[in-house]
Amino acid sequence: MRLQIQDLTKSFRRGASALDVLAGIHLEAAPGEFVSVLGPSGCGKSTLFNLIVGLQQPDAGRIQVDGLSIDGNTRAFAYMQQKDLLLPWRTVLGNVLLGPEIEKRPRAESRDEAIQLLDQLGLKGFERSYPAQLSGGMRQRAALVRTLLLKKDILLLDEPFGALDAMTRAVMQSILIDIWQQWRQTILLITHDVDEALLFSDRIYVLTARPATVKEEVAVPLPRPRSITDMALIQLKSQLLETLQTEMLHGFE
Amino acid sequence: MRRQGSLLPLFILLSGLGIWEAAVQIYQVPHYILPAPSAIAVTLVQKRGSLGHHTLVTLQEMLLGFGLATTVGITLAVLMFEIPVLERAVYPYVIGSQTVPVFAIAPLLVLWLGYGIMSKVLMAATIVFFPIVLNTLDGLKAADADTVSLLRVMRASRWQVLWKVQFPSALPFILSGAKIGISISTIGAVIGEWVGAKAGLGRLMLDANSQLQVSLVFAAIICLTVMGLGLFGLMTLIERWLTPWRHLNHHNV
Repeated sequence: MRLQIQDLTKSFRRGASALDVLAGIHLEAAPGEFVSVLGPSGCGKSTLFNLIVGLQQPDAGRIQVDGLSIDGNTRAFAYMQQKDLLLPWRTVLGNVLLGPEIEKRPRAESRDEAIQLLDQLGLKGFERSYPAQLSGGMRQRAALVRTLLLKKDILLLDEPFGALDAMTRAVMQSILIDIWQQWRQTILLITHDVDEALLFSDRIYVLTARPATVKEEVAVPLPRPRSITDMALIQLKSQLLETLQTEMLHGFE
Repeated sequence: MRRQGSLLPLFILLSGLGIWEAAVQIYQVPHYILPAPSAIAVTLVQKRGSLGHHTLVTLQEMLLGFGLATTVGITLAVLMFEIPVLERAVYPYVIGSQTVPVFAIAPLLVLWLGYGIMSKVLMAATIVFFPIVLNTLDGLKAADADTVSLLRVMRASRWQVLWKVQFPSALPFILSGAKIGISISTIGAVIGEWVGAKAGLGRLMLDANSQLQVSLVFAAIICLTVMGLGLFGLMTLIERWLTPWRHLNHHNV
């Protein structure tokens, strides 16, 4: 599915004054495209996602899926955050089946799919464990299985691996890219990790400091699998870092 | 270490009883002022039939009162949680219900409902009601906001959010309210019996007191205490059974 965002604007009232968070964001993701949104911290990336999934209402602008305005209709999206948000009272299997359960899909069928995906992501044998018994990386993998079982065409990933250590993050990233190459969802990834954005994205949007607009749109026309030691990638990285640093400094002013 | 920990309270109990016994024997305290522990033990055995009968009556009142209070209390708390207008309207009265001393309403309940079991059931329920309502409401409000948002994005209905997230996260709160409730339900039942009852430990104590059978008063107190401890223990078991995820061996992987 194609995601188009036009002129998205949002500000929050703080007493008498207003805090402008988004000031006319334009962005687009073609069907099956992997797009990253890179921005200095606190620039309103998460607000952008909250607007897309309909948890908050924009002041102005349009969000369209396949050319249709969605107005808080979140049917097309699966959403994954930095926090795994697993329910502590459910086992791993119970947690990943939350989506199918809410949509009242046939249980046996979803169960088989869940067990297969858990196996694929290295959680075989932990179906009956509780989240508290798992490591951070395993919890996040369970959260990814839960997200995938929603079977949505657009994945919104809000710094999904931000809380993990470097090793675990690398493993999670390769799992994600495998899944994407297999299923070809449209992915919109919010990140502040320049390497992460460069390794996976077809295109990268760089946001300005708050109030956020799109500062730069960078295509990454490199074949996969990519390596961070690749010369072309290093060049793009220094370009991106420079842009980001300028924006960070603006953010502190 | 654990063995020592469980022996310590027993040691305190035995030495307390020893001092008590010795003091009564040495100073020749009349039995109608303070009976010796040995005399109380004899009464416990001699009057076991009568004590057992009255204990069962009081137990029945407590359990029925507790059941009534938890059913009504949890239902009311859920309704207050779902309907904010109702919360604003009812909350002051829930607090108010706690500031009215049970002693004050006991004669009225006996007047309206008679000497039978119902007035005592209602007394016990009145006391248990407050911690149940308050804990349930607090528990429902303490549900993780991000998890609730996640379910909204999954397009869960209000009922699904309540049942799959908010109620389970309130459950530990409800159960600790229930532990308090079951322990204090004796107060309601016994006070009700003092004001007017055909049977029950409160009634037995009143009669024994007026006949200067002080050892029987003590025997009744022991029955009340043992019953209270037993019910508290039972609630702890129920808590473990209903919230297994809170009692895991953390074998972190």
